Amino acid sequence: MSNARERLLARAARDVQPGMVVNLGIGLPTKIVDHLSEDLCVCLHTENGMIGIGPSPSPEQADRNLIDAGGAYVSTVPGSAFFDSATSFAMVRSGRLDLTMLGAFEVGSNGDLANWKIPGKFSPGVGGGIELAQKARRVVVLTTHTDRAGNPKLKTKCSLPLTAPNCVARIYTDLAVVDVGPKGFELVELARGVTANEAVEATGAPLILPHGELGVF
Amino acid sequence: MKLPNKQCTTETAIAKIRDGDTIMVGGFGVPGTPMTLIHALVAHGARDLTLVKNDANEPGLGIDHLLRSGQVRRLITTHLGLNAYAIELMNTAKLEVEFNAQGILAERIRAGGSGLAGILTDIGIGTELAEGKQEIEFEGKRQIIEAALRADVALIHAERADVFGNLEFAATAQNFNPLMAMAADCVIAETVNLLPVGGLNPNNVQTAGVFIDHVTELTALTKEYAVVKR
Repeated sequence: MSNARERLLARAARDVQPGMVVNLGIGLPTKIVDHLSEDLCVCLHTENGMIGIGPSPSPEQADRNLIDAGGAYVSTVPGSAFFDSATSFAMVRSGRLDLTMLGAFEVGSNGDLANWKIPGKFSPGVGGGIELAQKARRVVVLTTHTDRAGNPKLKTKCSLPLTAPNCVARIYTDLAVVDVGPKGFELVELARGVTANEAVEATGAPLILPHGELGVF
Repeated sequence: MKLPNKQCTTETAIAKIRDGDTIMVGGFGVPGTPMTLIHALVAHGARDLTLVKNDANEPGLGIDHLLRSGQVRRLITTHLGLNAYAIELMNTAKLEVEFNAQGILAERIRAGGSGLAGILTDIGIGTELAEGKQEIEFEGKRQIIEAALRADVALIHAERADVFGNLEFAATAQNFNPLMAMAADCVIAETVNLLPVGGLNPNNVQTAGVFIDHVTELTALTKEYAVVKR
């Protein structure tokens, strides 16, 4: 997975466009930071009250007062700003976020997202996830295509408690890039070495194949 | 005209806390968590507390001490992901936990500190966080009524303060601190950089001293405030 994971991160990072205000969710998405070019004009937001995240600092350079929402130490860039938690979510709810990249337990073929609770097993709380999923202009998901037991995470309908209904536009996995279209999951690109049939079999809902040749990442 | 001096010892300030009180605690992770005031509350021993804090810190840090000492009955929070002990207490019904969407917790506190009864929001509609909450139709849209939140006492960490209670915060240590500093009947702020009245540039004051009841000076920052080695 590690090689596949790096390619997935690099592929998702390519969709971060100049000028965007972007929030990277806890887990896999925060790793995108180190796949973004230092020349890229992009404004990274974190829920705990900062805009303008720079490259990850070394442990020696870490500032005790400077973390992201996942607790990782971060750096500033020229122009960074700090604010309180109400202001931070004012930015989210009022539509200032062009893009948020989130992790997922399940994505439904209608764009439903479940990423905060597995009843009886895992329920650390929703944090800022609901507001990000409900209010960012574009919501994409970075995840493995299947869980550790091999069960599909892309499903016709989510079985876990929802973070937000009908919000996901695109999913980047170790196998494929998949869009959520009006008729369900649409295969956009395949990871190197993966066949369309393998992607179809690993998906728990119909996967619509495009006409013509598929891109590879 | 002169502004009053609100400096007192940590123990004197914390002595105001009573069993059963609701306590807001600033901080998001380590930054902005009033570690020294929390230790003083452990030593004080008030029980049956309701805490309002974004997260439960990590084992051995911040409000984890209050969870381990058994002083907390209820925790109003957003995410416990970095404290497995807090999750265990919740799962074994030894701690009552109320999860809020993070920005909604911030707004409930802001409303409480602003003399408002609550807020209207569509955040959480279609999820289990909306269950049991009153919904109304307002200007053609479904909205949830979220009640304002106030506390008996708020514990605040400031980077710099004057003895009147004007506060400045550092970087991401700001988080919930300025909101909670407005939303409690008794607000206690700790700082390692305590200045005389007039010591702060009025343009840089982030919380006006009028909201603060007591200011306590830290002689040094303990290692709990330092960079966490994971």
